[in-house]
Order: sequence, then C-alpha cells, then structure tokens
Amino acid sequence: MRRSRFGSWLAITLGSLYFIVPLIGTFEFSLRMKRGTYSFEAYRVVLADPHFQASFTYSTLLALATIAVGTILVVPTAYWVQLRLRRLRPVVEFITLMPLVIPAIVIVFGYIRLYNSQSILPLTDSSFGTDALLCFGCVTLALPYLYRSVDTGLRAIDVRTLTEAAESLGAGWFTILTRVIFPNIRSAVLSGAFLTFAIVIGEFTFASLLNRPAFGPYLQLVGANRAYEPAALAIIAFVVTWACMGLIQVVGTVRDAGRPK
Amino acid sequence: MSVAESGSTTAGVRASSASVLAWLGVVPFFLFAGLFLILPTGFLIVGAFQDAQGHFTLANLAGLAHPSIVKAYTISLEISVASALAGAAIGFALAHAAVLGGLPAWIRPTLSTFCGVASQFAGVPLAFAFLATLGRTGLVTWALMQWGGINLYATGFNLLTFTGLTLTYLYFQIPLMVLILTPALDGLRREWREAAETLGASTGQYWRQVALPILWPSLLGATLLLFANAFGAVATAYALTGSSLNIVTILLYAQIRGDVLHDQNLGYALALGMIVITGLSNVAYIWLRSWAERWIR
Repeated sequence: MRRSRFGSWLAITLGSLYFIVPLIGTFEFSLRMKRGTYSFEAYRVVLADPHFQASFTYSTLLALATIAVGTILVVPTAYWVQLRLRRLRPVVEFITLMPLVIPAIVIVFGYIRLYNSQSILPLTDSSFGTDALLCFGCVTLALPYLYRSVDTGLRAIDVRTLTEAAESLGAGWFTILTRVIFPNIRSAVLSGAFLTFAIVIGEFTFASLLNRPAFGPYLQLVGANRAYEPAALAIIAFVVTWACMGLIQVVGTVRDAGRPK
Repeated sequence: MSVAESGSTTAGVRASSASVLAWLGVVPFFLFAGLFLILPTGFLIVGAFQDAQGHFTLANLAGLAHPSIVKAYTISLEISVASALAGAAIGFALAHAAVLGGLPAWIRPTLSTFCGVASQFAGVPLAFAFLATLGRTGLVTWALMQWGGINLYATGFNLLTFTGLTLTYLYFQIPLMVLILTPALDGLRREWREAAETLGASTGQYWRQVALPILWPSLLGATLLLFANAFGAVATAYALTGSSLNIVTILLYAQIRGDVLHDQNLGYALALGMIVITGLSNVAYIWLRSWAERWIR
C-alpha cells in the first residue's frame, strides 16, 4: 500500500513539473525584454500595440457572436429533440460530434471552395460575408462542446412537465423557450459559452485561411517577428483560458448550490 | 411513419401533420449542419475524384503517392501515434494516481481543473510557451547548460523536429487523456478488487485479469481520440516550425494558401486522405466506446 502511494506521488510530481515548468519558463522569458533586469516591458509593449487591441477586440466580438448564434441554434434543437423527436437523438448527436472527426483545416478548405466569388453563395466576396462565414465556422468548431453542455442541462430538468405546464397556462413556444426552458438551463448554457469563448479567442486555422484580422493570426505574426512579446502573449492567453475555465467551475458550483436536495 | 401510411383517418391526418410540424423544429439545425459541415466536406470528397474538367478520375488518389506527400503523411502519422501513445500512458498514470492512488482529496479536483485548462491551451500560445522553455534561449535549455553542464542542442535535440513537436503536443494530449479516463477509472468498483483479493489475486493479477479487460476499450478508444486530435492540429505546428516541418496539415495549409501542389484536385485528395484517417480512428473510437459502456453500467 505504501509503495503504491509513493508511485502516485511520483507520477503527480513529475506530471506537475511537466505542466508547470513551461509556464514558469514562458513567464520568465516574458520578463527578459530589458537587458539585465526583469521588467513587464514586453507586456507594456504588447498591450499598447494597436494591432493587439484591434485583433483582441475582433476575436472577442467574434466569440460573442459565435456564442449567440450557437445558443440560438443549439438550445431549440436540443429542446425539441428531447421533447418530440427522441428517435433523432443519435443522428443529431453524431452530427454535433463530426467537427471532432473532420479536421478544422479540411472544413475551412471546403468553405473557401464552396463560398468563393464564383459560387452561388459568394460569402467570401464581402468582408461582412467572410465575418459571417468565420462565425459559422466557429459555431461548427464549438458545436460538440455547446451541444453536449446544453443536452446535459436539459436532461437534468423535466422538459415535458415544464412544457405542458407552460402550455396549459397559454404560453406559446417562443415564451416557453425563452422564459421557461432557457432560465432552467442557464448555467449549462453559460458553461458551454465560456468554453466556446476559450476556443474562439485563440482560433487560428479558420481566421488565418479566411484572412480575417483575428487574435490567432495576430499571435502567429508576432511569433514570427518578435522575441519577447510572444511569451507575454502566451501568458495573457493562458490567463484568458484559465479565466474561462474558472468561470465554468463557478457557474457549476452555483448551479449545484442552487439546486434543492 | 410516412404521411401516406397514416393518412386514412382524420385522426391519422392530424397526427401526421403534427409530426411534420415536429420535424420543422429541427430544420434550422440540419440546414446549418448541411451548409457549414456536410456540404463543404462533401465538396472536397467529390472533388478528390474529379479532374480539372469535372470528369471522374482516380488520378488524384494516385497522385498522393508522390514521395513528398507520402513523407508528409508519414511524419504526421508518426507524431500523432507517438503523442497519442505517450499521452495515453502518462495520462493513465496521472489519472490512476489521482483516482486510485490514495492521495489527499484536494489533488483530484485540482488536477481535473488544471487539465480542463491545459487541454484547451493549445494552438499558437502553446508553441510560444515551448519556445520560451526549450528553444535555444529557453529557460530549461539555459538551466541544463548552467547547472547540468549539458548543451541540449549539441545532443541533437531540436524543438522544431519530430521529438520537439511530440513533446509540445503532449501538453494538451495528457490532460485530455486524464479528463476522458477519470470517469472510466471511477467505474472500477471497489467490490471487484475486494472480490479478487478475497480469491487470493495479487495486484498484478487483478490488473491483468480484471481491471484491464474492463478498461482497455476506454483506454484504446481515448488513445484513438488523442490520435485524431494530434493529426488534425495545425496552429501549434505552424507557429512552432513555420513551414520547415513537412507535416500533412501544414502542407494542406500551404496548398489552400497558394496551390503549392499546382493541382487543385490533388489538394482535395490530400484533404480526403485526412478525413479517411481521422474518420477511421473515430469510427473505431465510437465502436469501442459502446463496447466499453456495456461493462461500466
């Protein structure tokens, strides 16, 4: 028994080292911009860079748009499948998992070929069209996580009873969705939303190949041309990811605490 | 049930029109999936079997046999297999330590929170982190030189190669494995172990004859998911190596950007090859998952 506990400690210690050392290394590197002394100069330079501000704002808006479109698409679908079309569940689940099977680069390749200027639906002709295409692409990438999260939330409540109760009080389907179902799965939607945010904010492949000024391609550009700023950016990106995951935990804890029993 | 079948009575008509209405509810979803997932992929698959004039041909698939393309697929497969196997082994060790290792209770939630973050911390920033750590002027490279007297880069190590990329991918592969495997390890009932011990089984026998036969579909399935995950990754490799490492995603990236193969349809075949490889590994994953779930419930 004692020997196996020693092995466990060893595994956890080595694992922690592997995960923590690159973070320390990156942080240390990001402080080295001024010769001979540690400083936050690299962070100051990065944060003052108008391209950083523009691309970060762009990606933040893109993430919010992705969350909005994704929620409007996924919540009614998952609700409807749960309530009326249970037979369809495996099909819908399979489709939502497809973005994990088909590499993102292949999907965006298809977009570029299918929606170019010679096609019936030339989305890539205008910058708004390309933004929309990028947003739909990000919804596709987030689909597995968003759907799973919402579906788990719906399974935890009694969709049928809630719907029948609302119907007998004369509510229409729009009222049911927005004022009965949505408030009941708010925390599930929120955790899906934060995960989506973490995915979209650093997304590179779609944004780069569709030529949109997002944060991911900006990161890559800085990485190819600068020495210390990339390390500072990596730390910033890590903090953003950590914040998203932390918020998911907070939302989950609130949900558990707010539930009777 | 079709409309024609049930349309004979009034009640039947009402039921069938209701079920048509029910189907309307999922139209937006299927429309979205069709336009932004299935059609684009289908377009590439069809294109892979066409020549520039749109006639059916197998020449594009034959074109994949070009040495530089075969090499790209080979390196991609090697990195994906290596990072999946190593990620699976290390992830298993960590998950096992946290779930069954008898460690203090705070270890497990800490590990799973951290894994949630690290499995999403991929892409370009991950490449930066490893350059700052194991690059030529990185912290670990420097520390080894300073305190260990080892010149890492003189030993032939280079971050921008197979080894370096595999080491970097492990940063998101291991956490993913931990996240997938923790519930599976939870599924191992204490009674099974106690029963085995009562019958006189050693720890080794318990693992070989009880635990592993139950766990292996989850283990293998998760490993396949890790494989597909690494195989489709673009951003980390591109930010780390530029275009100096010839892996298939980077080749496809260059092809989409500037038709480096000088043949659009060969590009489609390149994409088809990737779909087939990740598709097969995921079909195997789904099959093993359903097999595994029989045991855990």
